[in-house]
Amino acid sequence: MSAVAETMNVTDERLAGLTLPAGGWSDVARKDALSRVQMMGLPSRRDEYWKYTRPDTLTQAVAVPAALFHNDEAALFDDVERLKIVFVDGVFDADASDDLSLEGVSIEHLATVDADIHWARDIYGVLETNGQKPVERPLAALNTAFATDGVLIHVTGAASRPINMIYLHNSETSDVMLHNVIKLDAGASLTVLETGPAAARLNMVTEVEVADTAAFHHIRAQGRDHERRAATHIFARLGTESVFKSFTLTANGVMTRNECVLELTGDDAKATVGGACVGDGDFHHDDTVFITHDAENCESRQVFKKVLRNGATGVFQGKILVKAGAQKTDGYQISQSLLLDGDSQFLAKPELEIYADDVICSHGSTSGAIDETALFYLQSRGISKPVATDLLTLSFLAEAVDEIEDETLREQINERMASWLERRRG
Amino acid sequence: MLKIENLHVKLEDEEKQILKGVNLEVGAGQVHAIMGPNGSGKSTLSYVLSGREGYEVTDGEAHLGDVDLLDIEPEERAAAGLFLAFQYPVEIPGVGNMTFLRTAVNAQRKARGEEEMSAAEFLKVVRAKAKTLKIDADMLKRPVNVGFSGGEKKRNEILQMAMLEPKMCILDETDSGLDVDAMKLVSEGVNALRSEGRSFLVITHYQRLLDHIKPDVVHIMANGRIIKSGGPELALEVEQNGYADILAEVS
Repeated sequence: MSAVAETMNVTDERLAGLTLPAGGWSDVARKDALSRVQMMGLPSRRDEYWKYTRPDTLTQAVAVPAALFHNDEAALFDDVERLKIVFVDGVFDADASDDLSLEGVSIEHLATVDADIHWARDIYGVLETNGQKPVERPLAALNTAFATDGVLIHVTGAASRPINMIYLHNSETSDVMLHNVIKLDAGASLTVLETGPAAARLNMVTEVEVADTAAFHHIRAQGRDHERRAATHIFARLGTESVFKSFTLTANGVMTRNECVLELTGDDAKATVGGACVGDGDFHHDDTVFITHDAENCESRQVFKKVLRNGATGVFQGKILVKAGAQKTDGYQISQSLLLDGDSQFLAKPELEIYADDVICSHGSTSGAIDETALFYLQSRGISKPVATDLLTLSFLAEAVDEIEDETLREQINERMASWLERRRG
Repeated sequence: MLKIENLHVKLEDEEKQILKGVNLEVGAGQVHAIMGPNGSGKSTLSYVLSGREGYEVTDGEAHLGDVDLLDIEPEERAAAGLFLAFQYPVEIPGVGNMTFLRTAVNAQRKARGEEEMSAAEFLKVVRAKAKTLKIDADMLKRPVNVGFSGGEKKRNEILQMAMLEPKMCILDETDSGLDVDAMKLVSEGVNALRSEGRSFLVITHYQRLLDHIKPDVVHIMANGRIIKSGGPELALEVEQNGYADILAEVS
């Protein structure tokens, strides 16, 4: 079978099992997205953009079941004052959720929104479509067409507390598509927390419009279910003097592909995407980032750290595109892996494409083992080798975690990682 | 306290003998200094005693009290009461100095079957000890040695020593990279820890440090052996005449 025929076959099979939800205001976008998926075809391993990550389990018609993870630790951010929105296997759980009202913020969810004109119409599928160039992201278009639920957040002021989407996974066979739309008006600010695996297989798209001088902070902790799979996309557009900061923590999960597509369209905007991941054994984690600088004096940072052992695989594909005229761009990109044994591997593809002549862009990518000198230093103080190794592992991840601006939230992530490592030691 | 007999050490990866029969005995409460030209094996001795990888003991023994040091892991040596103040203290980003200290103190206590120190008690003790070493709250909070000046790093080593209360302290060129004032501060920190039950082995290139930390015995090391031992006057002799005379004398 030819490559094209194989792709179309996979795409047809996948689409055959899906029905377009009645979306009201989103119908036009959904139909458009469906036709785009049909044109593009779902990714196959022959696609350059999927060179390091096999897409088959993310694209096949039926999701591979994932055993449930029995978690006995307190839910992350439990003691943070926040507004909770709970989804169970992709279905909104009103009883478990807080009242969806927050001053300066309107919150709705995709499944129940009225068919009338809606602010989300200008964003839903629009940022996603925009992010399909120059690289196609068919799984995101598939999501726009078929997403069954998600959160629509419109922020007009400074949100007084974070919104926490909690994605529970209670069915071994759940196959879920969620689509969030977040709009921050000029000067508005919001922190979004996302926790949990959501499903055996998750396809998630989040579109974020950050208007001038608005600030968006995002912290995500993907679930620890060993067998879960996820393909996520964040598409964000940044206005003048706006701030976008996103951090993702990943531990476990047999397959994760997190794509982040940012476009800096207003001068003096600042964007950060960071990730810390800890993988053990049957674990494949892919961070794919594409940042477009299309305005002057903007800053972007990509900071990704991966700790891998027992044959785990980490992938990083990160690109900074500086368009002509995007002078005084300051782009930074670092991707590093700590390989705790000889079986694990890290594959990195950093890219810079620059069409302006007055920019600073730096990138670096490394793979290394535990620093023997530091290990000896800790041991010489009486700290056992396993504990010392964990301390150095946390130390390695710190540069990424430090990108979280809020100290309380940052410490929660640090503590959680420390407790995972401690439990693993037994 | 510390007894080293006929210690022979080579590099693990190459056929290079570094220590060629070191004999040394440091009594309880004593301060011994080791001086010697570059490459004589001084730092190797400190690393081998504390258990750094990369060295192979081909002959000889080293005991701390009843404990056979060469048979056990670095953390076990530490719990037995051995402490090495590093020539180049290691920076550990992302691990708070306080967390590090508390982990170390409690790990040693646990290894010795003692009760762990509570957070409150630890805080009280560490603050008091830090103050005498002019280590401020910010330095305690910052990641281990990250962004510390040379002097701050060495003071941090002495703080660790003060918190861990070892029996046998080895100071590996603690004076390197210190200005006069910093050396004085570090020396005062060390002197404050001198006691009947605690011994010191001070490795240094310069007599200057020994003006501050007064040794009972001075050893001269060359070519993997201790070639001469004497009182503090031996250090002065080296300072004035270099090693040439002593080397000529023994050869």
